[in-house]
Amino acid sequence: MPAYDEVAVGAELPVQRLQVRRSDLIRYAGASGDFNVIHWNERVATDVGLPNVIAHGMFTMAFAARALTDWLDDPRDLLEYAVRFSAPVVVPDDDKGATLVIKATVAEKLDGNQVRVTLTAETDGRHCLARAYAVVRLR
Amino acid sequence: MPLNRELVGREYPCSEPYEVSREKIRDFADAIGDANPLYWSKDAARAAGYADVIAPPTFLTVLQFRFRGEGPIADPALGLDYSRVVHGEQRFVYHRPVVAGDVLHASTAIEEIRDAGHNELLTTRMDVASNGGVVCTAYSTLVSRGTASGGR
Repeated sequence: MPAYDEVAVGAELPVQRLQVRRSDLIRYAGASGDFNVIHWNERVATDVGLPNVIAHGMFTMAFAARALTDWLDDPRDLLEYAVRFSAPVVVPDDDKGATLVIKATVAEKLDGNQVRVTLTAETDGRHCLARAYAVVRLR
Repeated sequence: MPLNRELVGREYPCSEPYEVSREKIRDFADAIGDANPLYWSKDAARAAGYADVIAPPTFLTVLQFRFRGEGPIADPALGLDYSRVVHGEQRFVYHRPVVAGDVLHASTAIEEIRDAGHNELLTTRMDVASNGGVVCTAYSTLVSRGTASGGR
């Protein structure tokens, strides 16, 4: 974990990349308890107007959190974490799946050794999270 | 049909506590592809000062689904048609990580219902505590498509 005094506004956290495949969504459905059909059944997803099966928003949020928890030594220093789901992550039925790229930047230094970090998530060049931010405590 | 705004402020306590197991945490960490040793290794977690492995930050979504049948979403008085719902926003305010062995007491309240164009935004707040101490507060905003009074 970097020291508060050594972190500047604009500092970028390591970029996170992930391939999301159908099998990842099945596994996430089982672990989370979210069995909404649009996350695994193409017929139902397209019936309700989606281009294809989409990832759980909370799966994207969970993956994006890794940009924070890998940067911090201990997740206890993650104090607040919020996202808005602005576009779906469409996951085709092939071996490649969808690509998810997470970027996080120190946006503001706060009192009490805390900083505000803003995050972006892109899938195939399109933003899928908006107003994503976290408040973390540094040493 | 618009949602029933008389229910804003109503609390829905979960009928029983949720017991957090080490293996459920590992299942969840596996599902999000996160190899952080604090989620997997009791020794690593102990070295960091925890009694057992800790859960990833979004783990509390498990409680939201575990108790969904007794929360506001399932309350027929609210009038929410789940087939019209998409997840709009999520926010967690953390007091400490969830640790395997925690016995969590959760309660969900309807925080706010408001219009956004043709849609309504329903925000719920889940308070999660263990042994009287607050662990986390989770705010979820669901978009109820087309149910605003001016909507179709």
